[in-house]
Amino acid sequence: MPVALAQTSIRSAVEQFGPGWEVVAFVVAIGVHAALVMALFGLAPFFFIWAERKVAGRIQDRLGPTRVGGAFGWLQSLADGVKLIQKEDLVPKDADATLYKMAPYLTCIASLGAFIVLPFHDGWAAVVADVGLFLLFAILSLEVLGIVLAGYSSGSKWSLFGGIREAAQMVSYEIPLAITGLIPVVAVGSLNLSEIGRVQSGGIQNWLMFNDPFTFTAFFVYFVVATAGCKRAPFDLAEAESELVGGFHTEYSGMRWSFFFLAEYASMFLVSMVAAILFLGGWHSGLPFVFENGLNEKVVGLFGNASVMGLAIGPYVGKLFGLKVLILKASALVFVQIWVRWTLPRLRIDQVMTTCLKYLIPISCFLFLGAVAWPLILFTATGGPDGGQTRWGRPIGEKIAPADADEPSKPAGGRTDDEVAALDEEAAP
Amino acid sequence: MSMDQVAGFLVGLFAIASCLGAVMVVLTQNVVRMAFWLIVSLGSVSGLYFSLHADFVAASQLLIYVGGTVVVLIFGVMLTASGPYQQIRSSPGETVVAGGIAVLFLALLASTVLSVDWNGGEVPALAEGYNPPEQGNTLRPIGLALLGARPDKDLGAPAEESLSTGYLLPFEIVSVHLLVVLIGASYLARAKKRSEEDPDS
Repeated sequence: MPVALAQTSIRSAVEQFGPGWEVVAFVVAIGVHAALVMALFGLAPFFFIWAERKVAGRIQDRLGPTRVGGAFGWLQSLADGVKLIQKEDLVPKDADATLYKMAPYLTCIASLGAFIVLPFHDGWAAVVADVGLFLLFAILSLEVLGIVLAGYSSGSKWSLFGGIREAAQMVSYEIPLAITGLIPVVAVGSLNLSEIGRVQSGGIQNWLMFNDPFTFTAFFVYFVVATAGCKRAPFDLAEAESELVGGFHTEYSGMRWSFFFLAEYASMFLVSMVAAILFLGGWHSGLPFVFENGLNEKVVGLFGNASVMGLAIGPYVGKLFGLKVLILKASALVFVQIWVRWTLPRLRIDQVMTTCLKYLIPISCFLFLGAVAWPLILFTATGGPDGGQTRWGRPIGEKIAPADADEPSKPAGGRTDDEVAALDEEAAP
Repeated sequence: MSMDQVAGFLVGLFAIASCLGAVMVVLTQNVVRMAFWLIVSLGSVSGLYFSLHADFVAASQLLIYVGGTVVVLIFGVMLTASGPYQQIRSSPGETVVAGGIAVLFLALLASTVLSVDWNGGEVPALAEGYNPPEQGNTLRPIGLALLGARPDKDLGAPAEESLSTGYLLPFEIVSVHLLVVLIGASYLARAKKRSEEDPDS
């Protein structure tokens, strides 16, 4: 598969040394990609766990963390991490030790794996896959395995209940997640996340969320389902500390426990990034006259065509700006998830299942059908992009047929009448 | 060392991992540990597809087998297990029958592998780097084939030949099959509820 992020820089730079260096270039490119993705995977939870505690504190009229790392306590996650590493790594007597130790890693690997296909700008992804979104959902669906195994292998009834709930919840919520994820794909015609982001360039009206009423509604449905998919409150039935002590992670301590939370916060960030790419314009600011064509143009112009080892600095800085826009959008969505968690009470398990099976699945199916029918209806009502006659009385094939279907005299191939006349004259003698 | 050797190394790594997982599934007696080794085996098969540039098949493998089947398997064990860690012990008869089937299947696979001419034939070149849709190597051929159109076969073919049907019929059969299964499942769930209510009425 193509390795796109560093391909224009590191790989091509190392390959300049000669024919024998392509493997070295390959390994260096892999190392840089892996390091960047792992750094993001670690840093996103680092920031959002602090944000969670701070926001929770403010919502509950407390201060939240204030001491570690200055007035805002922004190093609180580091202090938490140091504490968790020092804790004893316990395995309960009744646990299936191998599976018990393996489960947190499975959860983490699944969450990290999904970052591989996530683009941060057009083509800026560790792996640019044509099946990007499909692949992302496929990898993300593995996260439930680790949690179910953790619940099963702990040898505790609370953990078992948590695991069963998580399995039932995830198996149900994956259906509306996939369907609502497909709605922007239908509008764009591609599963490639880079391409989905690229079509939303320009003004805010080009964001897929504002493409039609169905994608607009689908954004909110997607966000609810994605929140449930990360087992966040009000859907955190797998933990449910008021009923199940700690749910699937009751028996875990120290680093293994924190791996679950690393995965949870990383997935929150991940689904928010996907929401931003699918519905909210991706790395485009939505105000091209202020940023992409204004401010950014000046910055890019500042560097001109300066380049280092095959890396053009101007476009690089421009893309860096897009990356910041995307991460800001995703962080705003994560903030909403945190806000919802500390505002709404937890649902009961039957209410969670009812919400999914009786409401979210039918709604998402309706939205999907609507999104598919929308171009046809629009075409029929307006007569196509050229603004011809409306086509209400026509059979369905003619509704979507090109405009020359109702003008039989006009030849196919897009030639104008003058061109055809010229061709006729050439053919005449 | 060349890039082909790197790719070959990765294929070998995934192949060994998938075989190891499969052997461990057979040797393990704890059902959920079996499921774990099944994850290793099926995930490595998906890795094999990735290293052979078959992204779509690899993603389907992950979604359907690892993310779907194994989750349902573990879920079923959790709901139905009578003891804390369910064990499966096979009788000698079962071992003999399963071993016989395995040997026959191995013979089939070996004969297939030996009959392939591994050095002949042209391998289509892959487009390098990031692929915009107009360059090919995208999902569009699969999507069109599932809708019943095969432009890769039919374009440029003589007009008197009939058009290819693609995979529309298998696709429809599978979807109708799934619908039947869903209706059947909901019927079973309802019937159980009714029989519980009967003694009261």
